[in-house]
Amino acid sequence: MCDAQKEPATSTAPPAVQFINVTKQFGSLVVLKNLNLSVTRGEKVALIGPSGSGKTTLLRTLMTLEPIDGGVIEVDGEAFTHERIGGHLVPAREAHIRRIRGKIGMVFQQFNLFPHMTALKNIIEAPVHVLGQSREEATDRAVSLLRKVGLIDRKDHYPSQLSGGQQQRVAIARALAMRPKVMLFDEVTSALDPELVHEVLQVMRQLGEEQDLTMLIVTHQMGFAAEVADRVCFFSEGSILEQGPPEVIFHTPAHERTRAFLRAVLDA
Amino acid sequence: MSAIFDWNFAWSITPTLAAGALVTFEATVIGFTVAVFVALPLALARRSRSLLLARPIGFMVEFIRSTPLLIQVYFIFFVGPRFGITLPPMSAGLIAIGLYYGCFVSEVYRAALDGVPKGQWEAVVALNLGRWRAYKDIILPQAIPPMIPTLGNYLIDMFKATPVLSVISVLEMMERAKLIGSETFRYTEPMTLVGVFFLIMTLASSLLVRRLERFFGAQRQRRSAADREASTNLASA
Repeated sequence: MCDAQKEPATSTAPPAVQFINVTKQFGSLVVLKNLNLSVTRGEKVALIGPSGSGKTTLLRTLMTLEPIDGGVIEVDGEAFTHERIGGHLVPAREAHIRRIRGKIGMVFQQFNLFPHMTALKNIIEAPVHVLGQSREEATDRAVSLLRKVGLIDRKDHYPSQLSGGQQQRVAIARALAMRPKVMLFDEVTSALDPELVHEVLQVMRQLGEEQDLTMLIVTHQMGFAAEVADRVCFFSEGSILEQGPPEVIFHTPAHERTRAFLRAVLDA
Repeated sequence: MSAIFDWNFAWSITPTLAAGALVTFEATVIGFTVAVFVALPLALARRSRSLLLARPIGFMVEFIRSTPLLIQVYFIFFVGPRFGITLPPMSAGLIAIGLYYGCFVSEVYRAALDGVPKGQWEAVVALNLGRWRAYKDIILPQAIPPMIPTLGNYLIDMFKATPVLSVISVLEMMERAKLIGSETFRYTEPMTLVGVFFLIMTLASSLLVRRLERFFGAQRQRRSAADREASTNLASA
Protein backbone atom coordinates (compact mmCIF):
# COMPACT_ATOMS: atom_id res chain seq x y z
CA MET A 1 0.00 0.00 0.00
CA CYS A 2 1.09 3.53 -0.52
CA ASP A 3 -0.66 6.73 0.36
CA ALA A 4 1.38 9.05 -1.76
CA GLN A 5 -0.46 10.32 -4.80
CA LYS A 6 0.25 8.05 -7.69
CA GLU A 7 1.81 9.78 -10.62
CA PRO A 8 3.57 7.89 -13.35
CA ALA A 9 7.31 8.37 -12.96
CA THR A 10 8.16 9.75 -16.33
CA SER A 11 11.62 10.43 -17.63
CA THR A 12 10.92 14.17 -17.56
CA ALA A 13 10.17 14.18 -13.84
CA PRO A 14 13.04 15.58 -11.79
CA PRO A 15 15.00 13.08 -9.70
CA ALA A 16 13.52 12.43 -6.27
CA VAL A 17 16.86 13.33 -4.74
CA GLN A 18 19.88 14.89 -6.32
CA PHE A 19 23.26 15.70 -4.82
CA ILE A 20 25.23 18.08 -7.02
CA ASN A 21 28.89 18.59 -6.12
CA VAL A 22 28.10 18.37 -2.44
CA THR A 23 30.95 19.00 -0.05
CA LYS A 24 30.86 18.56 3.68
CA GLN A 25 33.71 19.11 6.10
CA PHE A 26 34.08 18.64 9.82
CA GLY A 27 36.90 21.06 10.56
CA SER A 28 39.71 20.06 8.26
CA LEU A 29 38.28 16.59 7.69
CA VAL A 30 36.51 16.33 4.34
CA VAL A 31 33.62 13.89 4.72
CA LEU A 32 31.89 14.41 1.39
CA LYS A 33 34.03 15.35 -1.59
CA ASN A 34 32.19 16.96 -4.53
CA LEU A 35 29.67 14.20 -4.31
CA ASN A 36 27.16 13.63 -7.08
CA LEU A 37 24.23 11.27 -6.75
CA SER A 38 20.91 11.20 -8.50
CA VAL A 39 18.09 9.00 -7.27
CA THR A 40 14.93 8.53 -9.32
CA ARG A 41 11.51 8.33 -7.80
CA GLY A 42 10.81 4.96 -6.25
CA GLU A 43 14.40 3.81 -6.55
CA LYS A 44 15.92 1.79 -3.70
CA VAL A 45 19.56 2.67 -3.22
CA ALA A 46 21.87 0.90 -0.80
CA LEU A 47 24.89 2.84 0.44
CA ILE A 48 27.75 0.64 1.55
CA GLY A 49 31.36 1.22 2.46
CA PRO A 50 33.77 1.40 5.37
CA SER A 51 32.87 3.55 8.37
CA GLY A 52 33.88 7.16 7.96
CA SER A 53 33.41 6.99 4.21
CA GLY A 54 30.55 9.49 4.28
CA LYS A 55 27.43 7.38 3.78
CA THR A 56 25.76 8.33 7.06
CA THR A 57 26.77 11.96 6.55
CA LEU A 58 25.07 11.89 3.17
CA LEU A 59 21.79 10.87 4.80
CA ARG A 60 22.23 13.43 7.55
CA THR A 61 22.80 16.30 5.12
CA LEU A 62 19.69 15.27 3.23
CA MET A 63 17.70 15.30 6.48
CA THR A 64 19.19 18.77 7.25
CA LEU A 65 20.81 17.43 10.40
CA GLU A 66 24.14 18.65 9.03
CA PRO A 67 24.62 21.77 6.91
CA ILE A 68 26.62 21.34 3.74
CA ASP A 69 29.66 23.42 2.87
CA GLY A 70 29.28 23.41 -0.89
CA GLY A 71 27.10 22.21 -3.72
CA VAL A 72 23.36 21.74 -3.87
CA ILE A 73 20.93 19.12 -2.65
CA GLU A 74 17.65 18.97 -4.53
CA VAL A 75 14.48 17.14 -3.63
CA ASP A 76 11.93 16.83 -6.42
CA GLY A 77 13.94 19.41 -8.34
CA GLU A 78 13.90 22.00 -5.56
CA ALA A 79 16.98 23.04 -3.64
CA PHE A 80 16.95 22.91 0.13
CA THR A 81 19.28 25.80 0.63
CA HIS A 82 17.68 28.25 -1.76
CA GLU A 83 14.23 29.05 -2.97
CA ARG A 84 12.91 30.87 -5.99
CA ILE A 85 10.97 34.01 -5.18
CA GLY A 86 9.85 36.16 -8.11
CA GLY A 87 12.38 34.56 -10.41
CA HIS A 88 15.29 35.14 -8.06
CA LEU A 89 17.16 32.55 -6.08
CA VAL A 90 17.36 33.62 -2.45
CA PRO A 91 18.56 31.80 0.67
CA ALA A 92 15.80 29.49 1.88
CA ARG A 93 13.56 30.55 4.71
CA GLU A 94 12.60 28.19 7.52
CA ALA A 95 9.17 27.59 5.95
CA HIS A 96 10.76 26.47 2.68
CA ILE A 97 13.16 24.14 4.44
CA ARG A 98 10.36 22.64 6.48
CA ARG A 99 8.20 22.12 3.41
CA ILE A 100 10.94 20.22 1.62
CA ARG A 101 11.97 18.38 4.76
CA GLY A 102 8.38 17.15 4.98
CA LYS A 103 9.05 14.95 1.97
CA ILE A 104 11.77 13.07 3.80
CA GLY A 105 11.58 10.59 6.65
CA MET A 106 14.45 9.08 8.57
CA VAL A 107 15.03 6.04 10.73
CA PHE A 108 18.05 6.10 13.04
CA GLN A 109 20.50 3.53 14.28
CA GLN A 110 19.53 4.32 17.89
CA PHE A 111 15.76 4.45 17.15
CA ASN A 112 15.41 7.84 18.91
CA LEU A 113 11.87 7.11 20.03
CA PHE A 114 10.40 9.51 22.58
CA PRO A 115 10.82 7.55 25.85
CA HIS A 116 7.96 9.24 27.67
CA MET A 117 5.37 8.40 25.04
CA THR A 118 3.71 5.12 24.16
CA ALA A 119 4.29 3.57 20.74
CA LEU A 120 1.02 5.03 19.53
CA LYS A 121 1.74 8.54 20.86
CA ASN A 122 5.20 8.43 19.30
CA ILE A 123 3.54 7.89 15.94
CA ILE A 124 0.73 10.45 16.16
CA GLU A 125 2.74 13.34 17.66
CA ALA A 126 4.02 14.77 14.39
CA PRO A 127 1.01 14.06 12.15
CA VAL A 128 -1.20 15.93 14.63
CA HIS A 129 1.11 18.88 15.24
CA VAL A 130 2.90 19.19 11.91
CA LEU A 131 0.42 17.90 9.33
CA GLY A 132 -2.54 19.20 11.31
CA GLN A 133 -4.40 15.91 11.26
CA SER A 134 -7.14 15.34 13.80
CA ARG A 135 -6.28 13.01 16.65
CA GLU A 136 -8.76 10.41 15.34
CA GLU A 137 -7.39 10.54 11.83
CA ALA A 138 -3.80 10.26 13.07
CA THR A 139 -4.71 7.42 15.42
CA ASP A 140 -6.43 5.46 12.65
CA ARG A 141 -3.40 5.83 10.49
CA ALA A 142 -1.04 4.93 13.37
CA VAL A 143 -3.04 1.80 14.11
CA SER A 144 -2.82 0.68 10.50
CA LEU A 145 0.92 1.36 10.47
CA LEU A 146 1.40 -0.56 13.71
CA ARG A 147 -0.50 -3.43 12.17
CA LYS A 148 1.75 -3.23 9.15
CA VAL A 149 4.91 -3.51 11.28
CA GLY A 150 3.29 -6.24 13.36
CA LEU A 151 3.07 -4.36 16.65
CA ILE A 152 -0.58 -3.53 17.08
CA ASP A 153 -0.62 -5.42 20.39
CA ARG A 154 2.18 -3.15 21.66
CA LYS A 155 0.55 0.17 20.88
CA ASP A 156 0.28 1.23 24.53
CA HIS A 157 3.77 0.10 25.49
CA TYR A 158 6.52 2.56 26.27
CA PRO A 159 9.78 2.24 24.32
CA SER A 160 11.55 0.85 27.39
CA GLN A 161 9.04 -1.98 27.43
CA LEU A 162 9.87 -2.95 23.86
CA SER A 163 12.80 -4.91 22.48
CA GLY A 164 15.25 -3.13 20.19
CA GLY A 165 13.69 -4.71 17.12
CA GLN A 166 10.23 -3.66 18.20
CA GLN A 167 11.42 -0.12 18.95
CA GLN A 168 12.96 0.12 15.52
CA ARG A 169 9.73 -1.06 13.90
CA VAL A 170 7.82 1.62 15.82
CA ALA A 171 10.39 4.16 14.60
CA ILE A 172 9.77 3.07 11.01
CA ALA A 173 6.01 3.42 11.52
CA ARG A 174 6.56 6.85 13.06
CA ALA A 175 8.52 8.03 10.03
CA LEU A 176 5.95 6.58 7.61
CA ALA A 177 3.12 8.37 9.40
CA MET A 178 4.44 11.63 7.95
CA ARG A 179 3.88 10.22 4.45
CA PRO A 180 7.39 10.90 3.20
CA LYS A 181 8.33 10.41 -0.43
CA VAL A 182 11.88 9.53 0.50
CA MET A 183 12.86 7.29 3.42
CA LEU A 184 16.35 7.29 4.85
CA PHE A 185 17.60 4.32 6.85
CA ASP A 186 20.79 4.90 8.78
CA GLU A 187 22.25 1.53 9.83
CA VAL A 188 18.92 0.68 11.36
CA THR A 189 19.94 -2.83 12.40
CA SER A 190 23.43 -2.04 13.73
CA ALA A 191 22.30 -1.49 17.32
CA LEU A 192 20.22 -4.65 17.43
CA ASP A 193 20.99 -8.07 18.83
CA PRO A 194 21.53 -10.46 15.93
CA GLU A 195 18.29 -12.35 16.54
CA LEU A 196 16.27 -9.13 16.22
CA VAL A 197 17.73 -7.99 12.90
CA HIS A 198 15.45 -10.22 10.88
CA GLU A 199 12.15 -8.67 12.02
CA VAL A 200 13.29 -5.18 11.08
CA LEU A 201 14.62 -6.23 7.69
CA GLN A 202 11.33 -7.99 7.06
CA VAL A 203 9.45 -4.70 7.49
CA MET A 204 11.92 -2.95 5.20
CA ARG A 205 11.52 -5.66 2.55
CA GLN A 206 7.81 -4.97 2.66
CA LEU A 207 8.48 -1.25 2.13
CA GLY A 208 10.78 -2.15 -0.74
CA GLU A 209 7.73 -3.42 -2.60
CA GLU A 210 6.21 0.04 -2.66
CA GLN A 211 6.66 1.48 -6.10
CA ASP A 212 6.56 5.16 -5.22
CA LEU A 213 8.66 5.18 -2.10
CA THR A 214 12.25 6.20 -2.66
CA MET A 215 14.63 4.56 -0.20
CA LEU A 216 18.21 5.37 0.70
CA ILE A 217 19.63 2.65 2.91
CA VAL A 218 22.95 2.76 4.71
CA THR A 219 23.61 -0.81 5.72
CA HIS A 220 26.19 -3.45 6.55
CA GLN A 221 23.75 -6.24 5.69
CA MET A 222 25.06 -7.13 2.27
CA GLY A 223 22.56 -9.92 1.67
CA PHE A 224 19.70 -7.56 2.40
CA ALA A 225 21.16 -4.84 0.17
CA ALA A 226 21.51 -7.34 -2.68
CA GLU A 227 17.91 -8.38 -2.25
CA VAL A 228 16.16 -5.01 -1.89
CA ALA A 229 18.31 -2.44 -3.69
CA ASP A 230 18.01 -1.47 -7.33
CA ARG A 231 21.41 0.10 -7.07
CA VAL A 232 24.35 -0.21 -4.70
CA CYS A 233 26.78 2.66 -4.14
CA PHE A 234 30.16 1.87 -2.68
CA PHE A 235 31.53 4.82 -0.70
CA SER A 236 35.15 5.42 -0.12
CA GLU A 237 36.74 8.49 1.42
CA GLY A 238 33.82 10.83 0.87
CA SER A 239 32.85 9.92 -2.64
CA ILE A 240 31.17 7.12 -4.52
CA LEU A 241 33.94 4.91 -5.83
CA GLU A 242 31.63 2.73 -7.85
CA GLN A 243 27.96 2.04 -8.23
CA GLY A 244 25.71 -0.31 -10.10
CA PRO A 245 23.14 -3.05 -9.78
CA PRO A 246 23.75 -5.34 -6.79
CA GLU A 247 24.79 -8.30 -9.01
CA VAL A 248 27.60 -6.26 -10.45
CA ILE A 249 28.84 -4.61 -7.26
CA PHE A 250 28.71 -7.79 -5.22
CA HIS A 251 29.97 -10.24 -7.84
CA THR A 252 32.18 -8.35 -10.24
CA PRO A 253 33.26 -5.11 -8.59
CA ALA A 254 35.67 -3.07 -10.66
CA HIS A 255 37.82 -1.71 -7.85
CA GLU A 256 40.20 -3.54 -5.60
CA ARG A 257 39.05 -1.40 -2.67
CA THR A 258 35.47 -2.59 -3.15
CA ARG A 259 36.65 -6.19 -3.31
CA ALA A 260 38.69 -5.77 -0.13
CA PHE A 261 35.74 -4.23 1.69
CA LEU A 262 33.34 -6.96 0.62
CA ARG A 263 35.83 -9.67 1.59
CA ALA A 264 36.22 -8.10 5.03
CA VAL A 265 32.47 -7.72 5.60
CA LEU A 266 31.55 -11.16 4.36
CA ASP A 267 34.26 -12.83 6.46
CA ALA A 268 33.04 -11.17 9.62
CA MET B 1 13.58 36.78 85.30
CA SER B 2 17.08 35.46 85.40
CA ALA B 3 16.23 32.12 83.90
CA ILE B 4 18.27 31.48 80.78
CA PHE B 5 15.18 30.46 78.89
CA ASP B 6 11.85 31.85 80.03
CA TRP B 7 9.15 29.48 78.82
CA ASN B 8 6.33 31.89 79.59
CA PHE B 9 7.95 34.65 77.59
CA ALA B 10 8.65 32.21 74.76
CA TRP B 11 5.03 31.15 74.79
CA SER B 12 3.81 34.75 74.70
CA ILE B 13 5.81 35.66 71.61
CA THR B 14 5.03 32.46 69.72
CA PRO B 15 1.92 33.84 67.95
CA THR B 16 3.87 36.86 66.66
CA LEU B 17 6.66 34.66 65.39
CA ALA B 18 4.20 32.17 63.91
CA ALA B 19 2.67 35.01 61.93
CA GLY B 20 6.19 35.84 60.78
CA ALA B 21 6.75 32.21 59.87
CA LEU B 22 3.72 32.45 57.64
CA VAL B 23 5.29 35.43 55.84
CA THR B 24 8.54 33.48 55.50
CA PHE B 25 6.64 30.56 54.06
CA GLU B 26 4.75 32.84 51.69
CA ALA B 27 7.92 34.59 50.55
CA THR B 28 9.61 31.27 49.90
CA VAL B 29 6.75 29.71 48.00
CA ILE B 30 6.06 32.76 45.86
CA GLY B 31 9.78 33.46 45.40
CA PHE B 32 10.35 29.86 44.35
CA THR B 33 7.48 30.02 41.89
CA VAL B 34 8.89 33.23 40.41
CA ALA B 35 12.34 31.60 40.20
CA VAL B 36 11.06 28.47 38.49
CA PHE B 37 9.20 30.49 35.86
CA VAL B 38 11.82 33.19 35.33
CA ALA B 39 14.48 30.50 34.93
CA LEU B 40 12.91 28.92 31.87
CA PRO B 41 13.18 31.88 29.48
CA LEU B 42 16.63 32.58 30.90
CA ALA B 43 17.78 29.03 30.18
CA LEU B 44 16.24 29.02 26.70
CA ALA B 45 17.75 32.43 25.91
CA ARG B 46 21.19 31.22 26.95
CA ARG B 47 20.82 28.20 24.71
CA SER B 48 19.57 30.32 21.83
CA ARG B 49 21.51 30.22 18.59
CA SER B 50 21.26 34.01 18.47
CA LEU B 51 24.32 35.37 20.25
CA LEU B 52 22.64 38.75 20.53
CA LEU B 53 20.23 37.11 22.94
CA ALA B 54 22.46 34.46 24.50
CA ARG B 55 25.40 36.72 25.42
CA PRO B 56 23.65 39.55 27.32
CA ILE B 57 21.38 37.11 29.15
CA GLY B 58 24.39 34.96 29.97
CA PHE B 59 26.19 37.97 31.34
CA MET B 60 23.19 38.99 33.41
CA VAL B 61 22.81 35.49 34.87
CA GLU B 62 26.48 35.33 35.79
CA PHE B 63 26.34 38.81 37.29
CA ILE B 64 23.37 38.05 39.51
CA ARG B 65 24.78 34.68 40.53
CA SER B 66 28.08 36.23 41.48
CA THR B 67 26.78 39.04 43.68
CA PRO B 68 25.21 38.63 47.14
CA LEU B 69 21.45 38.52 47.41
CA LEU B 70 21.67 41.16 50.13
CA ILE B 71 23.06 43.72 47.69
CA GLN B 72 20.39 42.97 45.13
CA VAL B 73 17.65 43.36 47.72
CA TYR B 74 19.08 46.73 48.72
CA PHE B 75 19.44 47.76 45.13
CA ILE B 76 15.88 46.98 44.09
CA PHE B 77 14.35 48.50 47.20
CA PHE B 78 16.50 51.58 47.75
CA VAL B 79 17.95 52.34 44.32
CA GLY B 80 14.81 51.44 42.37
CA PRO B 81 12.92 54.58 43.48
CA ARG B 82 15.67 56.78 41.97
CA PHE B 83 14.63 55.37 38.62
CA GLY B 84 10.97 55.81 39.42
CA ILE B 85 10.41 52.21 40.49
CA THR B 86 8.99 52.28 43.98
CA LEU B 87 7.91 48.94 45.32
CA PRO B 88 6.46 47.80 48.63
CA PRO B 89 9.06 45.81 50.64
CA MET B 90 7.47 42.41 50.07
CA SER B 91 7.23 42.89 46.27
CA ALA B 92 10.79 44.15 46.05
CA GLY B 93 11.90 41.20 48.15
CA LEU B 94 10.05 38.67 46.05
CA ILE B 95 11.49 40.10 42.84
CA ALA B 96 15.00 40.03 44.26
CA ILE B 97 14.73 36.50 45.64
CA GLY B 98 12.89 35.21 42.56
CA LEU B 99 15.44 36.68 40.18
CA TYR B 100 18.45 35.58 42.23
CA TYR B 101 17.29 32.00 42.53
CA GLY B 102 15.88 32.09 39.00
CA CYS B 103 19.43 32.56 37.76
CA PHE B 104 20.63 29.51 39.69
CA VAL B 105 17.64 27.47 38.62
CA SER B 106 18.19 28.47 34.99
CA GLU B 107 21.57 26.74 35.19
CA VAL B 108 19.81 23.63 36.48
CA TYR B 109 17.45 23.78 33.51
CA ARG B 110 20.34 24.28 31.15
CA ALA B 111 22.12 21.19 32.44
CA ALA B 112 18.91 19.18 32.31
CA LEU B 113 18.18 20.32 28.74
CA ASP B 114 21.71 19.44 27.72
CA GLY B 115 21.16 16.04 29.33
CA VAL B 116 18.41 15.11 26.89
CA PRO B 117 20.11 12.86 24.29
CA LYS B 118 21.04 14.46 20.99
CA GLY B 119 19.06 11.78 19.19
CA GLN B 120 15.83 13.26 20.53
CA TRP B 121 16.55 16.53 18.73
CA GLU B 122 17.41 14.61 15.58
CA ALA B 123 14.06 12.84 15.75
CA VAL B 124 12.42 16.25 16.20
CA VAL B 125 14.07 17.53 13.01
CA ALA B 126 13.33 14.35 11.07
CA LEU B 127 9.66 14.63 12.05
CA ASN B 128 9.65 18.32 11.12
CA LEU B 129 8.38 19.39 14.54
CA GLY B 130 8.68 23.09 15.32
CA ARG B 131 11.01 24.33 18.03
CA TRP B 132 8.33 25.25 20.57
CA ARG B 133 6.41 22.08 20.04
CA ALA B 134 9.66 20.17 20.47
CA TYR B 135 10.40 21.83 23.80
CA LYS B 136 6.87 21.45 25.07
CA ASP B 137 6.13 17.85 24.06
CA ILE B 138 9.51 16.20 23.71
CA ILE B 139 12.37 17.92 25.49
CA LEU B 140 10.92 19.42 28.70
CA PRO B 141 8.99 16.31 29.74
CA GLN B 142 12.29 14.44 29.63
CA ALA B 143 14.36 17.19 31.24
CA ILE B 144 12.16 17.92 34.26
CA PRO B 145 12.21 14.66 36.29
CA PRO B 146 16.01 14.48 36.69
CA MET B 147 16.19 18.03 38.05
CA ILE B 148 13.67 17.57 40.87
CA PRO B 149 16.30 16.84 43.56
CA THR B 150 18.36 19.92 42.69
CA LEU B 151 15.28 22.13 42.59
CA GLY B 152 14.36 20.74 46.01
CA ASN B 153 17.71 21.78 47.38
CA TYR B 154 17.17 25.31 46.11
CA LEU B 155 13.76 25.39 47.76
CA ILE B 156 15.32 24.50 51.11
CA ASP B 157 18.06 27.01 50.52
CA MET B 158 15.49 29.72 49.79
CA PHE B 159 13.78 29.20 53.13
CA LYS B 160 17.04 29.98 54.80
CA ALA B 161 17.66 33.02 52.59
CA THR B 162 14.43 34.82 53.48
CA PRO B 163 15.81 36.56 56.61
CA VAL B 164 17.65 38.79 54.15
CA LEU B 165 14.27 40.44 53.54
CA SER B 166 14.34 41.74 57.11
CA VAL B 167 16.78 44.43 55.97
CA ILE B 168 14.02 46.05 53.93
CA SER B 169 11.53 45.72 56.79
CA VAL B 170 9.52 42.80 55.48
CA LEU B 171 7.81 41.52 58.59
CA GLU B 172 9.01 37.96 58.24
CA MET B 173 10.10 35.82 61.13
CA MET B 174 13.59 37.26 61.57
CA GLU B 175 12.44 40.85 61.46
CA ARG B 176 9.79 40.17 64.13
CA ALA B 177 12.33 38.39 66.31
CA LYS B 178 14.66 41.37 66.03
CA LEU B 179 11.85 43.74 66.93
CA ILE B 180 10.92 41.65 69.97
CA GLY B 181 14.59 41.61 70.97
CA SER B 182 15.03 45.34 70.69
CA GLU B 183 11.86 46.01 72.67
CA THR B 184 12.43 43.52 75.50
CA PHE B 185 16.20 43.09 75.41
CA ARG B 186 15.59 39.37 75.35
CA TYR B 187 17.08 37.62 72.35
CA THR B 188 17.44 34.05 73.59
CA GLU B 189 13.80 33.07 73.26
CA PRO B 190 12.90 34.75 69.95
CA MET B 191 16.08 33.62 68.21
CA THR B 192 15.71 30.08 69.54
CA LEU B 193 12.13 29.98 68.35
CA VAL B 194 13.11 31.33 64.94
CA GLY B 195 15.63 28.51 64.70
CA VAL B 196 13.00 25.96 65.66
CA PHE B 197 10.53 27.32 63.11
CA PHE B 198 13.16 27.19 60.38
CA LEU B 199 14.07 23.67 61.39
CA ILE B 200 10.45 22.58 61.10
CA MET B 201 10.01 24.22 57.70
CA THR B 202 13.22 22.94 56.16
CA LEU B 203 12.67 19.44 57.54
CA ALA B 204 9.18 19.43 56.11
CA SER B 205 10.40 20.56 52.71
CA SER B 206 13.27 18.09 52.62
CA LEU B 207 10.78 15.37 53.42
CA LEU B 208 8.69 16.55 50.49
CA VAL B 209 11.71 16.60 48.20
CA ARG B 210 12.74 13.10 49.28
CA ARG B 211 9.22 11.89 48.55
CA LEU B 212 9.36 13.42 45.07
CA GLU B 213 12.80 11.92 44.50
CA ARG B 214 11.58 8.53 45.56
CA PHE B 215 8.57 8.91 43.31
CA PHE B 216 10.68 9.68 40.26
CA GLY B 217 13.30 7.13 41.28
CA ALA B 218 10.60 4.50 41.54
CA GLN B 219 9.37 5.47 38.11
CA ARG B 220 12.85 4.96 36.73
CA GLN B 221 13.07 1.61 38.49
CA ARG B 222 9.74 0.55 37.09
CA ARG B 223 10.99 1.42 33.66
CA SER B 224 14.21 -0.52 33.98
CA ALA B 225 12.32 -3.42 35.54
CA ALA B 226 10.15 -3.40 32.43
CA ASP B 227 13.37 -3.37 30.43
CA ARG B 228 14.69 -6.43 32.19
CA GLU B 229 11.38 -8.17 31.82
CA ALA B 230 11.33 -7.42 28.12
CA SER B 231 14.80 -8.82 27.67
CA THR B 232 14.12 -12.00 29.69
CA ASN B 233 10.94 -12.52 27.70
CA LEU B 234 13.02 -12.25 24.59
CA ALA B 235 15.63 -14.62 25.89
CA SER B 236 13.01 -17.20 26.77
CA ALA B 237 11.09 -16.69 23.55
